[in-house]
Amino acid sequence: MSILTFTIQKLLRLGLLLLAVAIFTFVLLSFSPIDPVRAYIGADMLQISPEQRQLIAERWGLDQPLILRFGDWLGQLLQGNLGTSMVYNQPVGEVIATRFWVSLQMLAIAWLLSGILGLGLGILAGALAGSWTDRIIRLYAYTLASSPTFWVALLLLITFSVSLKVTPICCAAPPGVLAADVTIWQHLHHLLLPSITLSIIGIANITLHTRQKLIDVLHSDYILFAHAQGESLWGVIRYHGFRNLILPALTLQFASLSELFGGSVLVEQVFAYPGLGEATVQAALRSDIPLLVGIVFFSALFVYSGNTLADLAYPIVDPRIRIGGSQS
Amino acid sequence: MLTISNLSVTFTQYDQGLRRKQLTVITDLDLTVQPGEVVAVVGASGSGKSLLAHAILGILPDNAQVSGTMEFHGERLTPKRCKALRGKDIALIPQSIGYLDPLMTVGRQVQRVGQLNGLSAPAARRLRDRTFTRYDLPPTASRHYPFQLSGGMARRVLVSTAVMTQAHLLIADEPTPGLHPDVVTETLNHLRELAQEGRGVILITHDIEAALQVADRVAVFYAGTTVEIADVQDFAGGNLRHPYTQALWRSLPQNDFVPVPGNQPSPENLPRGCLYGDRCSWVTEACREARPPSQFIRQGWVRCIHAER
Repeated sequence: MSILTFTIQKLLRLGLLLLAVAIFTFVLLSFSPIDPVRAYIGADMLQISPEQRQLIAERWGLDQPLILRFGDWLGQLLQGNLGTSMVYNQPVGEVIATRFWVSLQMLAIAWLLSGILGLGLGILAGALAGSWTDRIIRLYAYTLASSPTFWVALLLLITFSVSLKVTPICCAAPPGVLAADVTIWQHLHHLLLPSITLSIIGIANITLHTRQKLIDVLHSDYILFAHAQGESLWGVIRYHGFRNLILPALTLQFASLSELFGGSVLVEQVFAYPGLGEATVQAALRSDIPLLVGIVFFSALFVYSGNTLADLAYPIVDPRIRIGGSQS
Repeated sequence: MLTISNLSVTFTQYDQGLRRKQLTVITDLDLTVQPGEVVAVVGASGSGKSLLAHAILGILPDNAQVSGTMEFHGERLTPKRCKALRGKDIALIPQSIGYLDPLMTVGRQVQRVGQLNGLSAPAARRLRDRTFTRYDLPPTASRHYPFQLSGGMARRVLVSTAVMTQAHLLIADEPTPGLHPDVVTETLNHLRELAQEGRGVILITHDIEAALQVADRVAVFYAGTTVEIADVQDFAGGNLRHPYTQALWRSLPQNDFVPVPGNQPSPENLPRGCLYGDRCSWVTEACREARPPSQFIRQGWVRCIHAER
């Protein structure tokens, strides 16, 4: 398959996915109890007569049938007009861009940490399956896999920020400091605990998957033959285990982007970290429909890109896909 | 060079719940291999042939218990010694391409064998290239992944892995099934050549014709034990001692082509007496009492109390 057809196929699928997301979002929102006029006007609602209300609704086309409203809305969307956020009083695109930039650093650190530590712990547990090391790692992974994100976040906050006072209690920068004056160390210091919290949750999943995959690989014929050739356990893992492990690990790593994104909503809320996750909660709580829709679209795009990256990584890692695919 | 006597391999398995079950897959097995000879181990599938190879190499799974003695160059094969010798003094030629890492080029895998034998990377690469030339593998084969090889090339790569070592004993585990007859002959000739270099070769196979084509001696395997060890001439010469071996010989297409009726006993409930007892036409009460000991009769070893007749 050439790169061109691959790209076209991927873009086509992305288009269909976004269309489906658009339909769902629109239908769900039109059935939600949020009244668009009330949400727009807010506290001034009392000063508006029912006639005025009617007029606004007509002007916005709220009396039109659902399908026409959807067409209108989709038309605006296609022109790149996501609307204006009512909470932040800024175009939705700008809010998402600035917020995501703040979240991205946290997500990136958490993603790398959970990938590297998860893989390391998984290999250790899989290689020594049945030993005490394996049991301890598994206990740790099961415990974390079954604890809610916000609870872990609160626990870490209480321990490190409240009791030990080694990490800041909230936000992305010390309070009362201008954004321009924040040093990189202060920045990292504030990033530390949210990133670690977020990564801890990913680690458990990746560890358990890697462990199981390594056990499967170690029971294969080619590992038996490698042992027969005099290869040691760590030699086997270094030369054969890792190679055969990395493909499912990569899939999982890129698929975990969606979980990470979901987790960031809760973690940012607990740490009052002004990222996209926190904006999501604000948008939902205060009925900021345009922002909420914007974030829904953005997260769909984000997760889709993650999965596409995994697809692109396959042929690099697996010669059977690279060579076998081009031969057929 | 290699002497195995009274080897037994038992697996402990957990049945439903925590009930433990003992599976004896190899029982009182004897085998000797001299330098320069090819000894074929012939038996039906499920007779424990591959496990014999794994036992010699010390790569049985953890739930296996081994009893009996194995001596290599006159010294006991302890687990520690197995570990030191495998891949260096004792090498395995596996059944299929599935025994190669699917994600590594065959060139690197064969080179790795050289490095495990103490060669530097460039030296191992040179030896690999020489070995590939010896087996008519094109230089490009090195860059291929296992899935890209044809059946014949795969066989030659697998033989190359053993030739990279200085091993005195080679164990070829089912090297011929599912192959084109030309490739079978070619593979068997490679084994013969390796024996002529002074190595001992154990050829494990279910294909008695292939065994007779290349071997000096044939050990006939039945339900995890060697019922007979005969010279290859004994087959055509009508000098076979054990009823099972005779039945196998008769079952060949060029002979009477009569199948051996019945099945091997399952390792879960082996009979108390002779393992072949329930399929044997010579069976008497004495056969059902105890396992027949190994006897040296007419220049061959046999486990049958009626073999003299």
